[in-house]
Amino acid sequence: MATTTITKTEKLVGKRIRRREDPRLITGTATYVDDIKMPGMLYAAILRSPHAAAKIRSIDISKAKALKGVHAVFVGEDTKNAGAVPCGASLPGLRVPHHNVLAIDRVYLVGHPVAVVVATDRYIARDGVELIEVDYEVENAVADPEKALAPGAHAVHPQWPDNVAFTFHQEGGDVTKAFAEADVIVKQRIVSQRLIPNSMETRGVVADWHAADRTMNLYTSTQAPHLVRSLVAQILGLEENRFRVVAPEVGGGFGAKIQTYAEEILLAWISMKLQKPVKWIESRRENFLCTIHGRGHVDFYEIAAKRDGTITGIKLKIIQDLGAYFTVLTPAIPTLSVLMMPGLYRTPSISADIVGAFTNCTPTDAYRGAGRPEATHGIERMVDMVAAELKMDPAEIRLKNFVRNEEFPFPTATGLVYDSGDYSAPLKKAMEMAGYDKLRKEQVEARKQGRYMGIGLCAYGEICAFGPSPATPAGGWESATVKIEPSGQVTVLTGISPHGQGEETTFAQIVGDELGVGIDDVLVVHGDTSMVPYGIGTFGSRSTAVGGTALYFALQDLKATIKKFGEMLLESDDVTFAGGQCTCNKSGKSIGVKGIAAAAYRAMKLPPNTGPGLVATHFWEPPNFTFPFGAHLVVTEVNGETGDVSIKRYIAIDDCGNILNPLIVDGQVHGGVAQGIGQALWEQAVYDDNGQLVTGEFMDYTMPRAHMMPWIESGHTITPTPVNPLGVKGVGEAGTIGASPAVVNSVVDALSPLGVRHLDMPLTPEKLWKLISAGRNA
Amino acid sequence: MIPQQFEYSAPKTLDEALGLLAEGARPLAGGMSLIPMMKLRLSNPEHLVDLGRIKDLSYIREQGTVIHIGATTTHHDVESSPLLRGKCPLLAETASHIGDVQVRNMGTIGGSVAHADPAADYPAALQALEAKIVLKGAKSERTVSAADFFVDTFTTALESGEIVREVIVPVDGSGTGTSYQKVLQPASGFAIVGIAVRVRKQGDKVAMARIGVTGLSNRAFRATAAEKALEGRSGSPAEIQAVAALVGQGVDANSDLHASADYRLHLASVYAAKALAVALGRIA
Repeated sequence: MATTTITKTEKLVGKRIRRREDPRLITGTATYVDDIKMPGMLYAAILRSPHAAAKIRSIDISKAKALKGVHAVFVGEDTKNAGAVPCGASLPGLRVPHHNVLAIDRVYLVGHPVAVVVATDRYIARDGVELIEVDYEVENAVADPEKALAPGAHAVHPQWPDNVAFTFHQEGGDVTKAFAEADVIVKQRIVSQRLIPNSMETRGVVADWHAADRTMNLYTSTQAPHLVRSLVAQILGLEENRFRVVAPEVGGGFGAKIQTYAEEILLAWISMKLQKPVKWIESRRENFLCTIHGRGHVDFYEIAAKRDGTITGIKLKIIQDLGAYFTVLTPAIPTLSVLMMPGLYRTPSISADIVGAFTNCTPTDAYRGAGRPEATHGIERMVDMVAAELKMDPAEIRLKNFVRNEEFPFPTATGLVYDSGDYSAPLKKAMEMAGYDKLRKEQVEARKQGRYMGIGLCAYGEICAFGPSPATPAGGWESATVKIEPSGQVTVLTGISPHGQGEETTFAQIVGDELGVGIDDVLVVHGDTSMVPYGIGTFGSRSTAVGGTALYFALQDLKATIKKFGEMLLESDDVTFAGGQCTCNKSGKSIGVKGIAAAAYRAMKLPPNTGPGLVATHFWEPPNFTFPFGAHLVVTEVNGETGDVSIKRYIAIDDCGNILNPLIVDGQVHGGVAQGIGQALWEQAVYDDNGQLVTGEFMDYTMPRAHMMPWIESGHTITPTPVNPLGVKGVGEAGTIGASPAVVNSVVDALSPLGVRHLDMPLTPEKLWKLISAGRNA
Repeated sequence: MIPQQFEYSAPKTLDEALGLLAEGARPLAGGMSLIPMMKLRLSNPEHLVDLGRIKDLSYIREQGTVIHIGATTTHHDVESSPLLRGKCPLLAETASHIGDVQVRNMGTIGGSVAHADPAADYPAALQALEAKIVLKGAKSERTVSAADFFVDTFTTALESGEIVREVIVPVDGSGTGTSYQKVLQPASGFAIVGIAVRVRKQGDKVAMARIGVTGLSNRAFRATAAEKALEGRSGSPAEIQAVAALVGQGVDANSDLHASADYRLHLASVYAAKALAVALGRIA
């Protein structure tokens, strides 16, 4: 009997296996949207508004049209039938502005697309853009959500003079009683500033329409190719089965590529109009202005506690800066903050209100963490303030209020059910690694020397693995198909769409262990709607927890078929499939996956009720979200002379359930922490009063860089989730969620001898220097 | 990069390049400032003359008591030159603070000096070194002092058709100490404030002090009041503090997103003290 060379016995899950995606990425041979070239392809360039608010009196495209090499110029009137850019979120009473792909009579933000030039090359297209003359009647703009809500503010959309897109209320428990009976109430306004997601690859689209067979091929840098397909096909009235969306190599997304953008609709529309393939690649400047921004919260917190530190209630009012328009999830993001406002604490009573404010700014939407960093930042700052008020150690108040191990599954006051946890474990581990008590003693000494040393804690919780379909705007399940080819090699087709998360590796590890094949015998295919089953996409730390689980169940189905073939081939009904071999428990004879695959496709003989081939598909609906958690501990020192913050130690302990690949998990934590530190110390989208984005280039927007990062001491505790059989919770956003409060708590702690109790981000040296100078002079 | 259309020449000789420049073409050296501006179409030159292929424009040569540095010498070459590290360490140290590795591999001393960004690093060092800058046109060559060269924001003594041909820095003998201390604008890498100090001692006293300042105002300048206050003193910590406080005196300081005028002035004093202390400590 043939034994396959494909089988292996070593377990892959849990190993630090290097990413199989990396060779093509680091050798520059990956294919991104801009690498796609087609015969006769045209290039589009977009004229964008230089004003944040203006009426368009007239547009003169005659000079642009006359330029040699220009094929077409389109303005808003031309594209009226192209439909509106979609918003997928729904809230009661939500005012949804019509978001045409090109402005029609008004522009609402700097960067608003006004016209598009299509030319034989990208240079001519840009030249053409500069020849378009637009007569604007410039109006006052409003670029700050609190100012937008003030009486008499400029109306972003004239039909809604109060700039209120929606209000939202949620409560649980008895918050009135909690506050009436509180020993201490702490209040604070906390800002989570607007951030600009910057993936290494900007967005880009190639649209390729074939009129004869009514097929559209749309290549786009997206996290959710099937959603783009459904939405753009519907908007343009095309047949979904003839509409293929490909997410080729995608150079990062961080949430900013979940959306379906105007350019995806516009390029498809142009390709149909001109019967040619058309490409548009977003410039970095456009990326700053026209791809979504993140955060943009002004939060008003009130927290009620007992003298012993027991937190009894939280009131929260969120003013969400929505920007001028909605993208797919814009209004839904702050509702995630409400869901997670209790953090990891038992907190029996909550009350939350959101006011969504229109501003003449770029829309906000999901950015790594999407609503949870804001919530975590808020609760973790507030808990520190309560501790300070009660003169308690910030670790002690956290340990006191954590949901206890025996309370899981734990229903929160916000209506969630936390799956599993040992919330004190990561905090205790971080404190042990740091030598917490010793650090506090060092701090006493440092303060005697006049140094500003701080120790900051953050215990964070997340809501991940989106999610049960009824709780999501477009379904929360995921799909997988596993095919064992006649050669015995394995192809996985997944509905998720990884773009840096490494599922080509982790999914191959799962397959390797389940089927007993080597990792190099597994190919993971994703991102092409013509190849993979319908999927929801990669975001919200869901890919492995939901997509990996779909794969796991598909593998179980496939294993059952393998076993049937094994029984037939080994002529026994007592067969076990393990380690890539079907083995007859009586005779000891065995046959490997390769032999079984050959027999299944040759089909000389088939097991009862079994067809030829070895393919299984599974669509999996998760019963709940997952709730990863962890703790960060940060030691900082603030230079009293300059206000510079230096991070002396950074300890990150994450609990994301079972770990499939520690190397990838570490990388996710490191990258996430970098983004969280970026928000805490440097990043900020700054608009002036006219709605001009002042930080519209890397010259002014401080992205964290490698040399600005501290050494991250990372560790894990492992609490598997009962939500899925893999026991995995998700790790894509954890670092970002934990980092900003940990850093800010540390710096506030450093400056607490000056009477500082709260600081808003980013903690720029000048901001701290001013406080220190004022404190010294006081 | 999608700039407007432009003509591009890459002459092999300086004369050829100067001839084209006399006709109104614009010089391109490392392109670290010009290319980004062309990318954003904020600068749209019709004709670019690439100086990078000209033979003998990239060099570091010692001649008597001075060192000549050719215009297209990269920041990396300056930073890593054993000659400069040994005999004009201030310039090598300053070069090591410019931008990032990629910028230092591409950017040139002539390009940086001619661009005269008020937050560039070199001008502070060139002021402190009392460097000479050789300007060459099609029919002329002249030498101006750094003090006269940096006129205003992005404005120098260069006439139309002229390029920076070389920079001449002195070789300081023993008894001299130098230091460049910089507050980095974290996004761009330019200086919020940069202080270049060059001091010489005779016996216990500071015989000469030169302090070049960049980032603080419209152009790099020498803090002469502070220099004078230090000369003749021993350079004690208290004197350093007092001298450093004079660096920003009377300066109309820049204010922007990254630092207010007050904070810049404060940093100028803090970093001047740092640079002075380090430079004095380096005197062999």
